[in-house]
Amino acid sequence: MADKLSDITPDEQNLIDWLADMQEEEAVALAMKMLLEEKKDPIRVLEVCRAAMDIVGQRFAEGEYFLPELVLAGEMLESISAVAKPIIKETQGDQEQSKLGKVLIGTVHGDLHDIGKNIVSFMLDINGYNVRDIGVDVAVQTFIDEINDFQPDVVGLSGFLTLAFDSMKETVEGIAAAGLRDKFKIMIGGGQIDDNVLKYTGADAYGVNAVEAIALCNKWLGVEA
Amino acid sequence: MSDAASGSAGETGFLPVRLQPTEPAAQARFEARSQRLMDLVEGRQPDRMPVVMYATFWLAKYAGISCKELMYNYEGTKDIALRAVQEFDPDIAAPGMMAANVFGPSMELMDFKQLQWPGHGVGEHQPYQYLDREYMFKEEYEQLMADPTGFYLRKYLPRVSGALEGLADMPDLPGMYYFRLISGLRGFNKPSVRQALMNLLKVAEEVDVMTGHIVDFSSKLTNLGYPRDSGSNGVSPYDFIADYLRGARGMMTDLFRKKDQLMALLDRSREWLTRIAIDNAKMAGHPIVMIPIHWAPDAFMSDKVFREVYWPPFRQMLCDMIDAGLIPMPLWEADCSKRLEIIKDVPRGKCIYWFERTPLTLANEVLEGQVALRGNLSPSMMTTGTPDDVDAAVKNLVDNVWNKGGRLLLDCAFGIPDETPVPNVRAMFDAARKYAG
Repeated sequence: MADKLSDITPDEQNLIDWLADMQEEEAVALAMKMLLEEKKDPIRVLEVCRAAMDIVGQRFAEGEYFLPELVLAGEMLESISAVAKPIIKETQGDQEQSKLGKVLIGTVHGDLHDIGKNIVSFMLDINGYNVRDIGVDVAVQTFIDEINDFQPDVVGLSGFLTLAFDSMKETVEGIAAAGLRDKFKIMIGGGQIDDNVLKYTGADAYGVNAVEAIALCNKWLGVEA
Repeated sequence: MSDAASGSAGETGFLPVRLQPTEPAAQARFEARSQRLMDLVEGRQPDRMPVVMYATFWLAKYAGISCKELMYNYEGTKDIALRAVQEFDPDIAAPGMMAANVFGPSMELMDFKQLQWPGHGVGEHQPYQYLDREYMFKEEYEQLMADPTGFYLRKYLPRVSGALEGLADMPDLPGMYYFRLISGLRGFNKPSVRQALMNLLKVAEEVDVMTGHIVDFSSKLTNLGYPRDSGSNGVSPYDFIADYLRGARGMMTDLFRKKDQLMALLDRSREWLTRIAIDNAKMAGHPIVMIPIHWAPDAFMSDKVFREVYWPPFRQMLCDMIDAGLIPMPLWEADCSKRLEIIKDVPRGKCIYWFERTPLTLANEVLEGQVALRGNLSPSMMTTGTPDDVDAAVKNLVDNVWNKGGRLLLDCAFGIPDETPVPNVRAMFDAARKYAG
C-alpha cells in the first residue's frame, strides 16, 4: 500500500474523494488543473491519486466495488499519469520509485484471454508492486527468459480456458527444469482455477480474484496489508 | 419433444417440436426421453435423472483428430458426434455438437475477425477463442439505434469480416429518390463494393451448405431417438453489447460515461434479440433456446448494477420468449450465487437454468423449483480427476439435488471440457444410471 499522506489540502481531498467515488470528470479536471495550471508537484499529485486507488482497492475487497469500478479507476489513473509522468521526467529526470517487490505475470500459452490478468496487474501496481505484464499466449521459454531478465519475487500464470491447466503445468515444469523453481513463488488464476488445478499444475497457490492475488504477494513478501 | 409431450406442451403453450423420428422403435425412445425433459421443465420429477451430452472440441480428442479438422469437415464431424452420442447413449443430445464446431469454411470465406480459430491465430489442436475488442465505438450508440441495418451493413460487417470490408463504401440509401435513387445505385458498382457483394454471396452459399449439415445432424439424432437439448441460441441484451459491440473495457466504462445511451440500447436491442430468438426457435422447430450468460457473475458487477442494468431487459426478454411458447435456457457462467434471489423472478415451470459454478445445492434451495436445473460437474475434476472422482461428484449431485426434489438435467459445467479423458465421460453416464435410475 502507498504510504499514508500527510497535510492533505482541500483540493487534494477532493481529488481523493472524486477518484474514489468514480466522479471522473471532476477528478480528471481537478488533477489537470493542479498539474498544468497550478504547477503542483506531479509526484505529490500521483501520490494523492494512489491514496484514492487504495480506497478503490479496499472497496473492491469489501465487495462494494466490482470490475467496472476497477477498470474506470485504472483509466482515470492512466489519464492523469499520462500528463504527470512527462512533467516528472522533464523536471526531475527518471526516478526509480521504491516498490514492494517484483511480479511477472502473463497468460499461459494457448490462451488469449487477458481481462482478469490486466485487472490483477493493475491492482498489484497500485498496491505498490513492480509489475511486468508479458501479455497473452506466452510460451514456456518466454516465461523463462523474462524471469531471467526481470528476477521476479512472484510469477503469476493466468488462464481462462481448460487448456490452460496443461499449459500452466508445462510452464511450472519448464521453470523447474530451468533450475528456477525455488527462486520465487508461483501463483495461478483464472475462471476455472480451483484446488484440483493447483494440485495438477504444481504451482504454490491460486487466487480467484485480484484481491486474493495481492494477499498472496503480501503474504509471501511479508508485506502488511 | 414427443407427440405426446408436444401435445402436453401445446396445452401449456410451448412451441411444438417439429422433428420427429420416423422409425417406430426410435419413436418410443424419443417420446420417453422427451417426456423426461418436459417433466423437468414443467415441474414434475421424471422417472430418472436425465443426462445430456454436449461437447465441442472434446470430439476432436475423442476421435483423435485436430480441432481444425473438426471445424472444416462437415461429414466427418457429423459422424464423430453421432458415434459419440450412440456410444454414451444420453437421454438428450445437443445439436451444438455439430453446430458449434463446423464454422471453419464460412469463417475462412468471411475472413472473420472476432475469433481466432484452429489454423487461424491458434494452433490446429486448440479451440477457437473470441477476441474481446471494440466493434462499435462509444460515439456510435445513436447511429446504431437510428439506423441499425445501415450500421450493420456499412460499419459492423466491414469491421468483423475482411471479405466484407468493401461494404463500408456502399451508398447511403435513405433519402434517395426518383432519378437521384437511380443514379445513386451507381455506388454499388465501385470495385470494393462489387467485390464485397460477390464475397457475401459466396459466404451465404457456404453458410447454406453448413446449415444443411446441421439440420441433417439434428434429423439423424432424432431418428436415433435422441431429443435435442435446444434448437437455437440467444444472447442477453447486456452480453450482446458487452461482448459483440463495445468490448469488456468499453462496456464497463460506459456504465459510468454513457449510461443513458447504454440503457437505451439495452432496451432497443432487447427487441431485436427477442425477435431473432423467437424466429430462430420457430425455424429450428424447437422451443428450448440456449442463452450463454457471460457478464452476470457475482464478481463482475454489484448487486445494484445487476438489478438496475443487467436484469430488467433480460427478464423482459425471457418473459416475451415464454409468451411466444419458448423455453429459455440461460447458461449462467461462473458463480452467480448472489443473483439467485433476483433471477428466481420468472414464470414457474417455463425455464431451464444451467449453472456453471453456482453450487447446484444452493440453486435448488433458493430457486425452490421455479426452474429446472442443468449442470454442473467441475471442469477441473473432469479433466484432471479420475473416474472415481467423477462417480463421487455425480453421487453428490444425486444425493443433494436430485434426491431432494431438484429437477436436474445432468451435464458438466458447460458441456464436456475439451481435455476430458474418455473414461471420465463414461463414468459420468454410468454414475447417473447407477445412482438415479
